[in-house]
Amino acid sequence: MAKLKDLVMEPEHLSPGHRLCPGCGVPAFMRLALHMAGKNNVVVCGATGCLEVSSTIFPYTAWNCSFIHNAFENAAATMSGVETAYRALSKRGKVKAPYKFLAFGGDGGTYDIGLQSLSGAMERGHNMVYVCYDNEAYQNTGNQRSSSTPMGSNTTTTPVGKNSYGRKGFRKDLTGILIAHHIPYVAQATVDNWKDMMRKFERAFEVEGPAFINVLAPCVPGWKYDEKLTIEISRLAAKTCFWPAFEVDNGKWKLNYKPKEKLPVEEFLKPQGRFRHLFRPENRHVIDMLQAEVDERWADIVARCETSPS
Amino acid sequence: MPELLALTGNDAVAYAMKQINPDVVAAYPITPQTSLMQKFADYVADGEVDTELVLVESEHSAMSATLGSQAAGARSMTATSACGLALMWEILGITSAYRLPVVMPVVNRALSGPINIQGDHSDTMGARDCGWIQIFSENAQEAYENTLQAIRIAEHPDVLTPIMVTLDGFIISHGLETVKVYDDAPVKKFLRDYQARYTLLDPSKPLTLGALDFSDYYFEHKVSQLQGMLKSPQVILDVGKEFYKTFDGDCCYGFYEAHEMKDAEMAVIVLGSTAGATRMVVDDLRSRGVAAGMIKIRSYRPFPYDEIARELANVKAVAVLDRSIAYGADGGPVHGDVRAALYGKHPVPVMSNYIYGLGGKPIDMEHIMGVFDDLKESIVKGHPKRRVGYINLKEGNTPSLVG
Repeated sequence: MAKLKDLVMEPEHLSPGHRLCPGCGVPAFMRLALHMAGKNNVVVCGATGCLEVSSTIFPYTAWNCSFIHNAFENAAATMSGVETAYRALSKRGKVKAPYKFLAFGGDGGTYDIGLQSLSGAMERGHNMVYVCYDNEAYQNTGNQRSSSTPMGSNTTTTPVGKNSYGRKGFRKDLTGILIAHHIPYVAQATVDNWKDMMRKFERAFEVEGPAFINVLAPCVPGWKYDEKLTIEISRLAAKTCFWPAFEVDNGKWKLNYKPKEKLPVEEFLKPQGRFRHLFRPENRHVIDMLQAEVDERWADIVARCETSPS
Repeated sequence: MPELLALTGNDAVAYAMKQINPDVVAAYPITPQTSLMQKFADYVADGEVDTELVLVESEHSAMSATLGSQAAGARSMTATSACGLALMWEILGITSAYRLPVVMPVVNRALSGPINIQGDHSDTMGARDCGWIQIFSENAQEAYENTLQAIRIAEHPDVLTPIMVTLDGFIISHGLETVKVYDDAPVKKFLRDYQARYTLLDPSKPLTLGALDFSDYYFEHKVSQLQGMLKSPQVILDVGKEFYKTFDGDCCYGFYEAHEMKDAEMAVIVLGSTAGATRMVVDDLRSRGVAAGMIKIRSYRPFPYDEIARELANVKAVAVLDRSIAYGADGGPVHGDVRAALYGKHPVPVMSNYIYGLGGKPIDMEHIMGVFDDLKESIVKGHPKRRVGYINLKEGNTPSLVG
């Protein structure tokens, strides 16, 4: 894998000047991710969302590579058209340059409204990387609940009130759904572990066929924390096993990070305003339920990785 | 030499697509479009085309993939019907806004609900204002030739606007006709090679497509999009003439066909397959000395307002046949357009509107003869016998407050 000091010398696909929030982890990992396409040209397709609106306010664009935005729910379908065009035009000798394709969406555009489009594109086997930057709610429009929002989160559509402790129910296991597609490569990553992240994007671009990476993307205004804490909160997500870093490479499960000491989920919740109310005595049971969910999913992933044939 | 083949409308359009041999086709099956895409899939399977066929999981993705593919510089097509077109609706407007010259055959079918698979025009009328050119076909021959011409019209640098080529579900799509198909070589020459001006796949010129417009640019961009539609009429005429000359076609393709309109006192305006029966009724009336005529609209969007007004300048009574309902409007959508065409003209004919054929309800020559009978009476009375009539509706089902 390339060294960071070499990567920083390469031209950027995503340039500064975009209007994402200070402290947002998304542009940081997206810049590095696109470096992993190597010497290939890249086309990026963005679902409607934070990164898309903040990077392409007409007449400006932060993208030095080709970029297309179509709508909210169809980044994967749109990119499947672009990727197919590339194959068709290469076959007919009209395009000669090598290209890689990266589509992205937030959790709203991926877990919810874009799930069908994503599933179809993955099943058809298009040679593309799809990355979900999961900030656990519709953050572009102001923290409305999505199917990725953790239990107990105080969102603008699941507000805490006399009869409400926030979002009810558990997060959808999107990574699990993608694994069930039996595509060449699926991974989860956190923005604090850039080396692990880079290796994953390198692998995702390398495999023939679809690859999916789900990145936990802490959101300063939605999660309500101090903007300098993005990397720290990301690290706590990994250390509490709230967001396990693992990958499934051609059917082989591999755990990429196992904390020396698994921290209680409270450590991840504490710095975030969206969970503040959970620390009231009457909401203790919500934290317990969250902990049970985290434990169960973690145990499942660990077991699968341990029993996966090498 | 042109060849005469027994083809359904869907087969005829698939044949046109075979000759176009698009770079990419993305499609999802829906009745009555299904046999069109099946036929095209046969061509792919047999190596008669080398198109990349993407079998997507919905019409929304069909249009999305077609948009992506066309934006990447590939000549791209899809086809659909009814609910499929409705599901595409969001992306129809984006495709036209991005000035992507996609050509899409639409096999007209009733919109749900209730669910119904037969032909009417409610689907494309619902997509009327999405910024697409809409060209209607009377029969399989026209569906074939319109599809070929649409490629040239859409891709013209002055136009760069997507086109729906419509054919009536089942009546045209599944009816077997003798279709004259032209040789591959001259068709290929007519179609020309497609070279997009801007593409996502040019390493020397990276492109950002689909940026966020605020109020400082959105309106200006929408108006610049309108330019393509405004410049399309001349291109539609030019391409029609070129096609006629190249292939010695059976008819000249303009915005509409005027049949026996020269001295007509009364006229029926119609779209699609019903023009066939209407023409026969007009011929029958003419043989008995009645000054009847017909206008068959080919280019519904853009609509030929001035030309239609000219055709109707000396007509005393006109009936517009609409194969869809525009709820809350004054009759059907075509009726509204014809009335708009006549605004400010003197004298204006007595105007009636007839809604017909919804969900495949048959319309026969006797019904159309009935419309002309009404027009005859309207001329005598000086006002329409029916302002909005409903053809072949069961007794007792006519809406109240309809005169």
